[in-house]
Amino acid sequence: MNLSLSDLEKNFQEVEPGLTDREAIEEANRCLYCYDAPCIKACPTGIDIPAFIKKIASGNLKGSAKTIMLSNPVGASCARVCPTEELCEGACVLNHSTKPIMIGKLQRYATDWAIRNEEVLFEAGKKNGKTVAVVGGGPAGLSAARELARMGYTVTIFEAEKEAGGLNTYGIVSFRLPQKISFWEVNQVKGLGVQIRTNTKVGKDISAKELLDDYDAVVLAVGMGKVPMLGIEGEDLDGVYDAIEFIKETKTNPLTDKLVGKRVVVIGAGNTAIDGATCSVRLGAENVKILYRRTKEEMTAYDFEYEFAKQDGVEFRWLTAPKRIIGDENGKVTHIECVRMKLGEPDADGRRRPVPIEGSEFTMRVDVVIKAIGQTRHLDLIQEFGLEHDDGVVKVNPENYQTSNQKVFACGDVIFAKGQGEAMVVTAAQQGKEAAYAIHQYLTKAVSETA
Amino acid sequence: MADLSINLAGIKSPNPFWLASAPPTNSGYQVQRAFEAGWGGAVWKTLGEPILNVSSRFAAVSFNGQRVMGFNNIELITDRPLEVNLKEIYETKKRFPDRAVVASLMVEPKREKWHEIVKRVEDVGVDGLELNFGCPHGMAERGMGSASGQVPELVEKQTYWVKEVAQTPVIVKLTPNITDITATAEAAVQGGADAISMINTINSLMGVDLDTWNTIPHVSGKGAHGGYCGPAVKPIALNMVAECARHPRIHVPISGIGGISSWKDAVEFMLMGATGVQVCTAVMHHGFRIIEDMIEGLNHYLDEKGIASVMDIVGKSVHKYSNWGGLDLNYKVVARINTDVCINCNKCYISCEDASHQCIDRLTDENGKEYLKVREEDCVGCNLCSIVCPVDGAIDMVEIPSEHPPMTWNERQAAISGLNSCNVDVK
Repeated sequence: MNLSLSDLEKNFQEVEPGLTDREAIEEANRCLYCYDAPCIKACPTGIDIPAFIKKIASGNLKGSAKTIMLSNPVGASCARVCPTEELCEGACVLNHSTKPIMIGKLQRYATDWAIRNEEVLFEAGKKNGKTVAVVGGGPAGLSAARELARMGYTVTIFEAEKEAGGLNTYGIVSFRLPQKISFWEVNQVKGLGVQIRTNTKVGKDISAKELLDDYDAVVLAVGMGKVPMLGIEGEDLDGVYDAIEFIKETKTNPLTDKLVGKRVVVIGAGNTAIDGATCSVRLGAENVKILYRRTKEEMTAYDFEYEFAKQDGVEFRWLTAPKRIIGDENGKVTHIECVRMKLGEPDADGRRRPVPIEGSEFTMRVDVVIKAIGQTRHLDLIQEFGLEHDDGVVKVNPENYQTSNQKVFACGDVIFAKGQGEAMVVTAAQQGKEAAYAIHQYLTKAVSETA
Repeated sequence: MADLSINLAGIKSPNPFWLASAPPTNSGYQVQRAFEAGWGGAVWKTLGEPILNVSSRFAAVSFNGQRVMGFNNIELITDRPLEVNLKEIYETKKRFPDRAVVASLMVEPKREKWHEIVKRVEDVGVDGLELNFGCPHGMAERGMGSASGQVPELVEKQTYWVKEVAQTPVIVKLTPNITDITATAEAAVQGGADAISMINTINSLMGVDLDTWNTIPHVSGKGAHGGYCGPAVKPIALNMVAECARHPRIHVPISGIGGISSWKDAVEFMLMGATGVQVCTAVMHHGFRIIEDMIEGLNHYLDEKGIASVMDIVGKSVHKYSNWGGLDLNYKVVARINTDVCINCNKCYISCEDASHQCIDRLTDENGKEYLKVREEDCVGCNLCSIVCPVDGAIDMVEIPSEHPPMTWNERQAAISGLNSCNVDVK
């Protein structure tokens, strides 16, 4: 296959087209405008979906975008990455009569309009003299900052990366979520006077103590870190990548042809694994396989992500675990040794534990291995803040996201663990909002008590 | 944020959206719910002598799968005792002093009846009165509603009786079931009306059941004409508002009613001379909550246009509405088909071929691809092709510069008669 760089760039254009005006009007008018609609309840951020759709129908697109973004400060990104068939669209009453409304696409239509017209949708509240530091400028942090700024707080976001937006900016492939969408959401927050200090890593460039001393409250929304080590031989060979770094590379630097014609395996079967695999296909890899030690049933990727990967030609090898990565004399990956698995007794999390089948080892020829088996925790930072945690998962009061330090509130992936929340962008956004309201309550209560 | 408040003949409300006198304004509970949602005013369901209602009462027509394109009802005025309504009006006004509460009234065409009800209603603190001379069904058979409203003398006389005692502004609500609504509108003005509102509902029979051969709706196998409203009647209402607005002797404010479902509809009515609008069917379909989008949409519209107050748009399009004889005969538009956007459904072709002026050609380009082209010299600029075209931007109606200066039919006739009279002089 002879792929030029411009071909690759085309591959990274957004896959799903937006609705045309006509499609949007027709679809918006198909919405029943239910009262107390189930789609609203199915949305973690509680967007008034019938209202925003009605506003598309009436031609009030600014109002439509406002309704969306009011409930969800990263609503433009969520229009693209939410598992809508499991959320709003899955709850649509028309599932029982005809077919559900394309809520995600209508949401994208309205927010795209606002992006195109450079609309500023919200205003900062009257300054109340209180300050809040937000650590991490991803969906949860932005969401908390936006709500705090609307309530009159002076907010500073500390962002380790060059740009804010977190997962939406760096971690979701461009052909699903272009960076400009995330940047618009960041700019909406900046527009409220929120200061975003990028390239500033808390714990290195500024200490946790400084934040605790200088601000009235702190939002810890640092998400998660790198992909952990597989713990097998050959992991440091040339050609082994961290999926998150790999995807980030495609969103920050010009695309390269280094994967053209290569054989790639991705270890893991979550949404990041899918992104790593489809990215590889679009970078010109000849063959891309996803290796997963369990089966399709235990896979954590959304169904639509799985379908998307299959459409892209990604192969899945279930019940297959890597055992060793083999390289040549130059330290380049040439093979991967795998072992077949079978499912044993259920784990603590209820999923059946994969057990190697003895003697089933086999070797595949590969050039690239992409690890996507989860993410590590920002343990050092959590410890620097002195917060109670459970294996790196910050413990919070589920009522108000308050941590063991009463002036620190945590939200988003930093508190995500099995059984505590969901690792969706939309959930992070909601937690950010709720953490902001909790801080407001905490700080106003403190005022009334001292007064 | 623009100023959305209006002042209609002295009746003030924080926004131009009122609920029309109809089922949604039947009780204090409902009107207060509406005010909580943001409605600027409400015209209470018509008060009068107690009546009896029938069941069933409503019907609607769907159009191409969309429900409630048009709606009709055979419900009469309020069926609740006057004292109950008055008590609830008082409570509602007390709770929402900034909203307009207008009482709709209908009594027999007798002077003392009008005097009595006006006094009782004004005693509880309404902001204005609306005389229901429009309701076309039921009450009309008893000489009230549209039966009064179709006779200019009765409109004038009853308005006059009301004005003899009324302390608050009087709005006269007109029926569209008349050849020329300006005749009754003028009669209302003659009688001293402070404002007029239109339209009430249009006589209608919604359908006949193909299996039972019953009317829709029917009451135990029998039907009677109802009052038609909803989006389908908007063009009729808009014309009547515009005709009154441009009439030199109808110089009172107009409250626009008829098929208004969105902020855009409201803008159109206001541009055509309405000082505010009244809404019913859209609320019956979706609930009071539609007001949020109406207010927000209107606000964004005004902001975008840089207009500070909604009152500034009232009547701004009236001067653009005239008699046919005032239209420029030399103005010309033609259709132009954008081949790159066209999806080749040939709808424009067949409508032009069979129903207009046969000026679209079906051609084939050098690659064998079919395309459509308008013969502009034969196109009369009727709009039909662009109306039936299903794709936005596929057909543009383009203005063609005229070789002649503008000339209306009236100017032309005047010129011809001038020539003729010149000829006479010469002879």
